[in-house]
Amino acid sequence: MALKRPKADAVIIGLGWAGSLMANELTMAGLNVVAIERGGWRDTSTDFPTSMDTDELRYATRRELLQPLSVETMSFRNNPGQQARPLRDFNTYQFGWGAGGAGSHWNGMTWRFLPNDFQTYSNTVAKYGKGRFVTGLTVQDWGVTYDDLEPFYDKFERYAGTSGKAGNIKGVIQPGGNVFEGARQRDYPLPPLERTRAAELFDIGAKELGLHSFPVPAGNTSGAYVNPLGIHMAPCTYCGYCEFFGCGNWSKSSPNACILPALIQRPNFTVITESEVMKVNLTPDKKMATGVTYIDKQGREWEQPADIVVISAYQMDNVRLMLLSGIGKPYDRASLTGVVGRNYANQTVSGAGVFFENENLNPFIGAGALAQSADDYNSDNFDHAKLDFIGGANMLIHSTNGRPIGSANVVPPGTPRWGSEWKKTYKDSYQVGNSIYNQGNSYPHEDVFLDLDPTYTDRFGRPLLRVTFDWNENDKRSGHFMADRAVEFGHAMNAKMVFRNEPTAKHFSPMDNLSSHTTGGAIMGDDPMTSAVNRYLQSWDVPNTFVCGASAFANNGGYNPTGTVGALTLWAAEAIKTKYLKSPGALVSL
Amino acid sequence: MTSPILRRDLLGTAAALVGTAATLPAAEAAQISGSLPWSPSEGTPPPVEPTQPYTWEFFTADEAALVGAIADRIIPADDLSIGGKEAGCAVFIDKQLAGNYGKGTNYYLKGPYRPGTPQQGPQTLETFAQRYREGLAALVAFCASKHGGAAFTTLSAADQDALLHEMEAGAFYTGPVTSTAFFNQLIQNVREGYFADPIYGGNKDMAGWKLIGFPGARYDYRDVIGRRGEKLDLEPVGLMGRPGWNPA
Ligand SMILES: Cc1cc2nc3c(=O)[nH]c(=O)nc-3n(C[C@H](O)[C@H](O)[C@H](O)COP(=O)(O)OP(=O)(O)OC[C@H]3O[C@@H](n4cnc5c(N)ncnc54)[C@H](O)[C@@H]3O)c2cc1C
Repeated sequence: MALKRPKADAVIIGLGWAGSLMANELTMAGLNVVAIERGGWRDTSTDFPTSMDTDELRYATRRELLQPLSVETMSFRNNPGQQARPLRDFNTYQFGWGAGGAGSHWNGMTWRFLPNDFQTYSNTVAKYGKGRFVTGLTVQDWGVTYDDLEPFYDKFERYAGTSGKAGNIKGVIQPGGNVFEGARQRDYPLPPLERTRAAELFDIGAKELGLHSFPVPAGNTSGAYVNPLGIHMAPCTYCGYCEFFGCGNWSKSSPNACILPALIQRPNFTVITESEVMKVNLTPDKKMATGVTYIDKQGREWEQPADIVVISAYQMDNVRLMLLSGIGKPYDRASLTGVVGRNYANQTVSGAGVFFENENLNPFIGAGALAQSADDYNSDNFDHAKLDFIGGANMLIHSTNGRPIGSANVVPPGTPRWGSEWKKTYKDSYQVGNSIYNQGNSYPHEDVFLDLDPTYTDRFGRPLLRVTFDWNENDKRSGHFMADRAVEFGHAMNAKMVFRNEPTAKHFSPMDNLSSHTTGGAIMGDDPMTSAVNRYLQSWDVPNTFVCGASAFANNGGYNPTGTVGALTLWAAEAIKTKYLKSPGALVSL
Repeated sequence: MTSPILRRDLLGTAAALVGTAATLPAAEAAQISGSLPWSPSEGTPPPVEPTQPYTWEFFTADEAALVGAIADRIIPADDLSIGGKEAGCAVFIDKQLAGNYGKGTNYYLKGPYRPGTPQQGPQTLETFAQRYREGLAALVAFCASKHGGAAFTTLSAADQDALLHEMEAGAFYTGPVTSTAFFNQLIQNVREGYFADPIYGGNKDMAGWKLIGFPGARYDYRDVIGRRGEKLDLEPVGLMGRPGWNPA
């Protein structure tokens, strides 16, 4: 028999960005909230002090802040005809754990998706016709629009202390910002970060090609900042230890820096750390959740009853917990029915390696989101009339991660991997090498999905989540087109050597570490036959359960996901506060 | 910002935990007293245990010699910098294999073992320590078969390179996988030893960092970020300081 804790108003599974934001809103509304987090408590000043943070081996190479694979990994296969195998080494699916989740060690690129990203289906049909979708593509609208989410993007940027330059304030285009972005009510809370030589070179290329370059919106503070919770953030020092590192300088947007210091002081909030939720418990008719079952550090089983269950365990584990708990109908590839595990997507990556002559890029100076970019070929920002795919990519040059172990492969292709020639080439390349990185839209396909692995299990003996993924035809066409754009860009920047990079030309492998941005699997929408949650992230089947995270994305944008994860979570929190609490039940009636 | 007290405490802890005193002579104490006390009640750093000669924690003496020799071919000594062996790469790898990394603590090593496609990544269930033990033994045997029983360490640099090229191409098996996988592992770990912070036992005198001009564990570039495109020539500093703190 499980031990039982007193009932909470809401239980939150996982204390990353989504869980922290939700807990913050619900506790401010007076609810008694219990969060259960599989990793430990993590605190800015004592867990990530700058005196030990700048350690490449520990954090970037060994990925010490990430969830160990021995706790849970994915199994993977390229298509339904293959048998999946577990991913045994660190790879592109990177899971946060501990209070703060992956938000502790992310880079901080804080994007808003483009208005078209939420309505790609209807826009494409209207503009290019249904025939534009390649066979098997399952694109659908999200059920929310950019305009619905705008206030919540704004709110997230305020909490996070985002540095950037607006490109469109209330419909008025702002030169120097992203002129393609949806209209925003006001500028970012902080101005853009400092510029690097790489940014200057990017601007030269953009100008030559007539593209609109702008600084990537950054969760790295360009100056001192006090957020709406009264938390003080310090200016970013450009140490360059961001991705896979915590920030002890209070300069990176993270739940640890921006939310938890206020949240943890509220008497109506409790977090139970080092405890893993096994499943959401349902009433016998499976129509309501009664709480969750978890196993604590000592291996004891507990029940945490609650009126509201929030699943915010990251995109992958959101889907897995739904499958393990029996919430929603699992996707079945054979009959093309069911919703949980459906519309999984990743990121269509392409680019070009660029090597300059007589430059000092000083790549050790950086920040996780210190990047210059252009959006001219993202989403539907360019005319696809004569093309045979939808979507595109944001193109950027990044000033970060110029560390010696990780950069040892940043040498022109064909260089030996060892010996004196490698050594000399590496020495010569270190100051002159970088890349154009295209982060592309990814659209779901019926052959791509998540389900439970029949063979491999986690530390508790529960099935791993199985990923079935390969590039679809749309990805391949868009990846090819965008690799061409990157090569063109490299030449326009006057790079001495330009190397095309088109990963979509071969089978996808998680071992290639192209992008950790996975989306979908429990998507939002207007129709319970094709979506797992409604427009308020509320489960269609179990209305007192809300599922927050990139699992809700009906498709991926040509951007990093977290700005949109934040906005959607705050949007859902608002619906819980203003609608659900007044009359608990389905918020969307059919 | 980080409190200086905390910084000092952590440095002290790191020294005790990692114990790579070889890189930090005990005589440094006097030089940093006064301006940089190591703990609130102490004016000098805690005494650092001398650990020379290094006692191998995982490798046998023969294995250690072999790994040192391989490290010297992967990153040879030349006019640019010292080689992998002198930089401490074998010591680094030994410490890694004796610790959590060697035990595979953070990796998924649960069965059943079944070979997969290249896209599914390595499938072996062995820990990194086991992979080294087996891989080095297989290399010893391969070398002996090719060179009339001679040990790798006695071969000329050219012969060593030739053998490693064959290993890289998959000339023999280590466990169920070809030697390519283990060679890739060696390249990665030797690079780590050459470029990781000296607290881990390699990167002697920050040779790796000096090679490419990496300033190490610094965490504030606000004063120089505006000097875009300039050659900055910043002295490297490690988590436990730098030789310049302690003039001889
Ligand atoms: C290295 C790296 C760099 C990144 N850079 C960027 C970037 O620049 N821009 C961007 O937009 N995004 C970036 N991301 C992605 C970003 O970190 C995630 O989108 C974001 O953190 C997701 O927030 P979340 O709350 O949904 O999940 P998470 O932050 O992953 O939090 C989920 C939490 O749930 C816990 N949990 C899971 N299962 C259970 C369970 N069963 N019981 C209890 N607890 C559980 C986990 O331990 C974890 O703490 C990056 C990610 C990584 C790994």
